[in-house]
Amino acid sequence: MIGLLRSEWIKLRSIRSTMWTMAGLVVVMISFAYLNSAIASRQAERLQAGEVTQMALGAAPFASLIVASLGVLAISSEYRTGMIRTTLLAVPRRGRMLAAKATTFAAFTLVVNLLSCLAAFLVGQAVLGSRGASLEEPGVLRMVAGCALYLTGAGLFGLALGTLVRHTAGGVVAVIVTLFVLPQLVGMLPNGAGARLMPYVTSVAGMRIMSSAPGVLTPWAGFGVFCLWIAAAALAALVLLRGRDA
Amino acid sequence: MITAANLTKRYGRTFAVNGLSFTVKSSRVTGFLGPNGAGKSTTMRMILGLDRPTAGGAHIDGRPYREYEQPLRKAGALLDAKSVHGGRSARNHLLYLAYSNGLPASRVGEVLEEVGLASVADRRLGGFSLGMFQRLGIAGALLGDPEVLLFDEPVNGLDPEGILWVRTLLRRLAAEGRTVLVSSHLMSEMAQTADHLIVIGKGRLLADAGVSDFIGRGSQGYVRVRCADTALLASHLPEGNTTAHGDHVRITGIGARAVGEAAAAAGIALHELVEVQPTLEAAYMELTQASAEFTTGRS
Repeated sequence: MIGLLRSEWIKLRSIRSTMWTMAGLVVVMISFAYLNSAIASRQAERLQAGEVTQMALGAAPFASLIVASLGVLAISSEYRTGMIRTTLLAVPRRGRMLAAKATTFAAFTLVVNLLSCLAAFLVGQAVLGSRGASLEEPGVLRMVAGCALYLTGAGLFGLALGTLVRHTAGGVVAVIVTLFVLPQLVGMLPNGAGARLMPYVTSVAGMRIMSSAPGVLTPWAGFGVFCLWIAAAALAALVLLRGRDA
Repeated sequence: MITAANLTKRYGRTFAVNGLSFTVKSSRVTGFLGPNGAGKSTTMRMILGLDRPTAGGAHIDGRPYREYEQPLRKAGALLDAKSVHGGRSARNHLLYLAYSNGLPASRVGEVLEEVGLASVADRRLGGFSLGMFQRLGIAGALLGDPEVLLFDEPVNGLDPEGILWVRTLLRRLAAEGRTVLVSSHLMSEMAQTADHLIVIGKGRLLADAGVSDFIGRGSQGYVRVRCADTALLASHLPEGNTTAHGDHVRITGIGARAVGEAAAAAGIALHELVEVQPTLEAAYMELTQASAEFTTGRS
């Protein structure tokens, strides 16, 4: 398995788009943190630690799209080039290949996500100066680390959808539909169904972990529900990957 | 050794491969021939566990390919040479394959040297020519020093020097005792490389024979004759069969010398008299003509 992880790591790091995409992620996270906090710093009222933290992590929805796209690309680029056949010749046990890819991808993006979330938080607090929050305040560390976890989860979700769709554009559309459009659609369901189901929908549940506001699900329960979504997508991807002709 | 037993692949109502059974033995080059669309690539993909057979199965040394823990050490394959990511270097492409099968990174340098790509090892693959892709694909197949090798159209896009190199390589691999299966739609190429031939058409086995047997069993030689009145000539021939082919006739069962003498005795002027030797190409054409997927209006 070590060899497989090294193999997938070489694939991931030897593509320029990986590094560009992750650099883009850092830029987006930090610039949103800076601008959001700059706007907040002009307001008169006193802000809660949770609120300023959330502001600093304001780019999370966009960042999730970036990481999820990278997840899609991690497998769809193999299908686009036909390299998937070379990969499956080397590793015919397809479940293992997917597990190694997911592990490598998650480990790499988690590190970058943690760094960019922490950087965004620190930039935001630097802008706010004495009115900013610190990591020691209740919930702040959970929100910052949680943001990184959510982004990593979104990346794995993208990887699963990319494996299902086998196509870059199609995979990214699937990500947008499930993470962004689906909550809107569910919200429009009649007779209060929308409000009842909303807390359990993909990104709504997942982003509880980086929220300071009270909700139906606790932060970790929300993230747990998001993990179930990822697991379901990954299971479907695994079944199809094993059954399909490459 | 590669064995296929009743290997079948059906897409909807079309059979790409239909009940194919054969054995590919070690220590010789086995040519896998058939017209375009005959099912060669599909067969190879099924042997290598990429495509699932509709029925039957294939084994490499007694086990399905998918069951090998580190398959590159048992069997190496070149399928579509361009199936690589253009942004990656040749070295990284081979390195990921090596690590996935627990092979040392030093093997990458060795195979790059062997296929003549050492000088461009760190260049991005996007700028490679088709011939360089073929060499890279062959490097990938050789990476695990496998006993079994499968090459799908390995000389595609190679220049004459490259073709000669592949031919020599295939011969050497077989001489080392390995099992070598090479597909091609070009008989002329196989005639110079293969010891044994497996010929398929429309997914069915047409022939499984040694190269010399194949020629003998297939097309016979004939005498090609052009003259003003072929019917008159035919009536003066002592024996043999005459068949019309456009503006000439083909005569079998009798040599050019006898035809010429019969014509002279009857006072018939011949415009052309050629003895056509049986060739692998002709035998192949004859065998596969009926099963060619796409044929032109005239043959």
